[in-house]
Amino acid sequence: MSRAAPRPRFLNLLLIRMPVGALTSLGHRVSGILLFLALPLAAFLLDLSLQGPEGFERAGQLLRSPLLRAVEILFVWSLVHHLLAGIRFLLIDIDIGVEKMPARHSALLVNLAAPVLTALLLWWFW
Amino acid sequence: MSRQAHGLRAWLLQRFSAAYLVVFLGYLGLHFGTVPDLDYAAWRSWLADPLVNLTTGLFVLSLLVHAWVGIRDVIMDYVAHSGLRVTLFALVALTLAGCGLWTLRLLFLAVLV
Repeated sequence: MSRAAPRPRFLNLLLIRMPVGALTSLGHRVSGILLFLALPLAAFLLDLSLQGPEGFERAGQLLRSPLLRAVEILFVWSLVHHLLAGIRFLLIDIDIGVEKMPARHSALLVNLAAPVLTALLLWWFW
Repeated sequence: MSRQAHGLRAWLLQRFSAAYLVVFLGYLGLHFGTVPDLDYAAWRSWLADPLVNLTTGLFVLSLLVHAWVGIRDVIMDYVAHSGLRVTLFALVALTLAGCGLWTLRLLFLAVLV
């Protein structure tokens, strides 16, 4: 028997039609990467905030600057989406919400709740 | 240790660290969500509290483990070229180790003064 032809690969993310759970999952990965990339900035701000009252003030000013506010929107969304999607995955691990329809509903809930909670958190903390 | 057991260990580490991260973040949110006008003295003395210092240190360690397993999985899934993969592993490990040591040093100094 001849060798099978190599399996076709079709990985154009813009052309694949993703079910809602795939978006949740993709968001979980993207948000995880963004949170990782934010770590050096977080360490820097922690360092600055501990360098006396002036450093603390300076860190506060930086956090209120337009550039960092944009970063914070992305950061808080990443944190919230990653948390919610992560909790959903943990529940699925212990057999809660595995069936197709509950899984779709929880995925949609996560995708929609993340931006809403992000807005609420920023409103509360800014 | 077999490959499967290796994967299982990473899977377990990811979930245990996640659980701790959620709990600690919940505490952080409740604490700083209800503190009016945080100033330097309050911030400093909060971090100097032994229990806060210790649990924050644990948070940093959990975060390092969690980020390493997660980013490693993403790289293994999408980067097939082995040279590039090893380079990325090294960059991520270096970033995590750097941020981790930096932060743990800050925590240690915060408890001294």
